Amino acid sequence: MSEVPKDLSYTKTHEWIDYDGDGTCTVGITDYAQSSLGDLVFVELPDAGTKVGAGDAVAVVESVKAASDIYAPLDGEIAEINEQLEDSPELVNEDPFGEGWLFKMTVSDPEQVEKLLDADAYEGIVEEEED
Amino acid sequence: MAKRTPLYDAHVADGAKLVDFAGWDMPIDYGSQISEHNAVRESVGMFDVSHMAVVDIRGRESREFLRWLLANDVAKIDEAGRALYTCMLNTRGGVIDDLIVYHLSDDLYRVVVNAATTEKDLAWIGSQARDYDVSIEHRQDLAIIAVQGPRGRDIAAELFDDDLKAAALKLKPFRVVAQDDRSIGRTGYTGEDGFELVLPADEAVNAWKTLRDKGVAPIGLGARDTLRLEAGLNLYGQDMDEDRTPLESGLAWTVAFKPEERDFVGRSALEHMRAQGVDQKLVGLVLEGRGVMRSKTAVRAVDSDVEEEHAEGKITSGSYAPTLSCSVALARVPADWEHSVEVCLRGKWQPARIVRYPFVRNGESRLDD
Repeated sequence: MSEVPKDLSYTKTHEWIDYDGDGTCTVGITDYAQSSLGDLVFVELPDAGTKVGAGDAVAVVESVKAASDIYAPLDGEIAEINEQLEDSPELVNEDPFGEGWLFKMTVSDPEQVEKLLDADAYEGIVEEEED
Repeated sequence: MAKRTPLYDAHVADGAKLVDFAGWDMPIDYGSQISEHNAVRESVGMFDVSHMAVVDIRGRESREFLRWLLANDVAKIDEAGRALYTCMLNTRGGVIDDLIVYHLSDDLYRVVVNAATTEKDLAWIGSQARDYDVSIEHRQDLAIIAVQGPRGRDIAAELFDDDLKAAALKLKPFRVVAQDDRSIGRTGYTGEDGFELVLPADEAVNAWKTLRDKGVAPIGLGARDTLRLEAGLNLYGQDMDEDRTPLESGLAWTVAFKPEERDFVGRSALEHMRAQGVDQKLVGLVLEGRGVMRSKTAVRAVDSDVEEEHAEGKITSGSYAPTLSCSVALARVPADWEHSVEVCLRGKWQPARIVRYPFVRNGESRLDD
């Protein structure tokens, strides 16, 4: 069973969101997502300053097995990307909720955060997919 | 329900991620495909390939039968203890399967065929054998463990009694030694040295455990695929199939046209194709930038503006190559293409260069040789 930290928010496309309550959030992919993809070999991230809409494909993670789009979970602007992933994509496998974060973004409508999934709801999705 | 090899419980105990492969529950990886790949390149790893079928062909006319059945010529392995890689063709010259045939003793040959093709292979072999005095036995009582990597032979040889161990360690590449139902071949599918062990099922379970205790890493089918691709070894169903001949699949070297008087299934079709000219070939590709080429990716000439769906070339096997830290592929392209091409990755055309393969041999990159 994969790890689903209680204090994060989630999307059904397997991104996690850590909202700081102050207009910015950190985004990554979940433990379940990294485990399903297998060893990552490339991570393609957007440029800082890119304006994004919730649901836009903004990044690509590519594993030995498959490439997968990463979607912006909220409306806003990319503030910072995890540059370590350029040379060390394996950080996403090793520490998906920590060192393997993908990008930080400013959030234009904090009310959207309320609509994200909580840990229990996301766990339900994972259980369904694992069947 | 999916079939299980005798080593199924061992895979589960090792935390394998199991997938359906040709109707078998098989380990795709045990955590990290790249670590498993590297273990084989740098040290040693073992694969359960018991889903492949062992077929013993015995009898007075077994040699003559195999000279008819197979595109390569078993007369090359008349001395018992030799092995040969070959295709088995249909009458159109298409590849029914690729296999290794081991000459174990006078009238006994052992062939190991792919899991996905086992049923059709057995049916074909049976139909072709009608006029020959041979018996054909699918040995479902046997299991296969491949021990591969620079340390593979030394560690695997420890499994056997002194006589067999000494004989195994003396084997040259593509040689085999047999004792009772066991056979040890110095063959593999990784581009590394090693053995493929065919053992009675219960013995295989013990052998796996012993090797595990000696620190040999179990390797899943995921790493098996990246290892064989780096080694430039074709995968049946991707790089060749019943609609493609060996001549279009980089396997012309496995077809024995000489001696002229030996007829074999598919010979006349291949001769016809050779006379007409073969208009497609299999090439190695290395991606210049980032990204991963995958099977079915479109390939076009560099000066072309053809759309993806009309591209003349197609990748048959592609992946990320862990030993090279870039993406490599086998692709079928028009026979006159050379040097450079473009491949369509997620809608964008990216440069790739045509190279000789294998890409990796015995742990070392062969690029830019």
